[in-house]
Amino acid sequence: MANIGLYIELKDGAFKKSNRELLSLAAKGGHNVHAVVFCQEAQPFMEELRGVGTVIQVKGADLSYQPDRYARALAAVILEFKLDVFCGICSAQGKDLFPRLAARTGAGLVNDCLAVDLENRRAVKPVYSGKLLAEYQVDGDKALFTIRPNVIAVEAAANSGAPVLKTVAMDSGDLGTHIVEVMRSGSQKIDLTEAEIIVSGGRAMKSKENFTLLAELADVLNAGLGASRAAVDAGFATSDMQVGQTGKVVNPKLYIACGISGAIQHFVGMKTSKVIVAINKDPEASIFKKADYGIVDDLFAVVPLLKDEFKRTLG
Amino acid sequence: MNIYVCIKQVPDTEASILVKDGKSINEAAIKWIVSPYDEYAIEEALKLKEKNAGSKVTAVCLGPDRVQNALRTALAMGADSAVHVESSVVLDSRSTARALAQVIRADKEYGVIFMGKQAIDDDASQLHILLAEELAIPAATNVLAFAFEGGKARVEREIGEGAREVIEMTAPCVVAAAKGLNTPRYASMMGIMKAKKIEIRKIPLAETGVDETQNKVRLLKLSSPAEKPQGRIIPGEPAAAVRELVRLLREEAKVI
Repeated sequence: MANIGLYIELKDGAFKKSNRELLSLAAKGGHNVHAVVFCQEAQPFMEELRGVGTVIQVKGADLSYQPDRYARALAAVILEFKLDVFCGICSAQGKDLFPRLAARTGAGLVNDCLAVDLENRRAVKPVYSGKLLAEYQVDGDKALFTIRPNVIAVEAAANSGAPVLKTVAMDSGDLGTHIVEVMRSGSQKIDLTEAEIIVSGGRAMKSKENFTLLAELADVLNAGLGASRAAVDAGFATSDMQVGQTGKVVNPKLYIACGISGAIQHFVGMKTSKVIVAINKDPEASIFKKADYGIVDDLFAVVPLLKDEFKRTLG
Repeated sequence: MNIYVCIKQVPDTEASILVKDGKSINEAAIKWIVSPYDEYAIEEALKLKEKNAGSKVTAVCLGPDRVQNALRTALAMGADSAVHVESSVVLDSRSTARALAQVIRADKEYGVIFMGKQAIDDDASQLHILLAEELAIPAATNVLAFAFEGGKARVEREIGEGAREVIEMTAPCVVAAAKGLNTPRYASMMGIMKAKKIEIRKIPLAETGVDETQNKVRLLKLSSPAEKPQGRIIPGEPAAAVRELVRLLREEAKVI
């Protein structure tokens, strides 16, 4: 049994769904689980956090994410509550925050874990962009892990006891790395790394304008919109949409690849998708070797039909 | 200002990676390159130098002898000098950060330190911040835009959903580059010739006081992931194929 800490990440003050994966991971093995959440009021989160032993609420005048303040507060919590293992989501914020915690607590960190053995402080993560898997041991008295979203099966908490609530204060000290503004894009895009469904386009989309076709399909499915490197390099899509070795690694339930040939560069970024659908008019495209379902036809004919069929079925 | 860029040499993105003895990869047929995100870091370092007369760019790389080729690439692109921290042992990110920090802090005038947001071999994604924390300076990662004025860096970092954090940091600081920050230049023939004449400064790892016994993260095993079985092509006219596909996604795969 170990003292486990979980960093409960909020987005605009709301509980992120990926936190449930952390809670499910920690619920196994009879550990003493602490959930740390930065909020003015802990009550709205207590139902989601049911089953953990202790909820540690971090309070402060300004709780907007500032790396230095968050890292100082969490490092203090890890030491004060003697947390042996501390886990978070491998999100943009998790990847910014956890290395700071590693430096400040002296603990080893493994990012982007697919599986974690909390008792033995071992984790499996993809390396070489997912071409291989590596199993790491974290030595020393503490270990840190960030977990890739959509990997751990979510189970309802067996222990229904109400957690003990403890409150700690966050300092408002100096900021070396100062976030002065958060710019939101006009269109509310879905975060690819956490998306459950992704619609993605390749070079065969032929133009930036044609990506609207995919955006419409994505809308119907409430899906994220991705692209291959070829499409990004051709200027059809922006670089934040790129899936693959030099882009994002994604892990949705459903990945729909439209006009993507399936180069290894792209494949390593999406191969852990539960189901891959490929639409390509070239029957020799290597994407078909990797897809669960394929349609060999012109995407410009198939995609609008697919949109209508999904609309009909889901509506 | 002395600008630094920390780079790593990694297998080419197209390379097939095979496990050798459960703990390392077969290096026999591998073509080595500068990790792609580090190329953005080099480019941004060179751009900053061009805007700040009197600045110099130093590329630093830790690894075995072969990494000197990566340093030559950085020199050919326009870096002024290069440091090779000679190491044949495997260091974790923390130990690597400590070794690099020793090299950089010896220069009393170091300014902005650039590097990639991750190296595409171990994808550990933490060296940049560990280095900054070791040097007790600020750091931003996943950076898509960089500006520098009056000793202050202003960067934009991508945080998903198309949103960006705007961050201000006083130099010295660490900036970890993402794709989209810039378009790396190609080395010119003149650059390549010039790079050949620059002597790479070598620092044995032992001189940094760091060794592998200080690692906290230890590799136990490397393996190839299970291959996905071949899927199936849904035949028929587009309309019929689409209907069948949606049915399969719903009833067989149960993903919608």
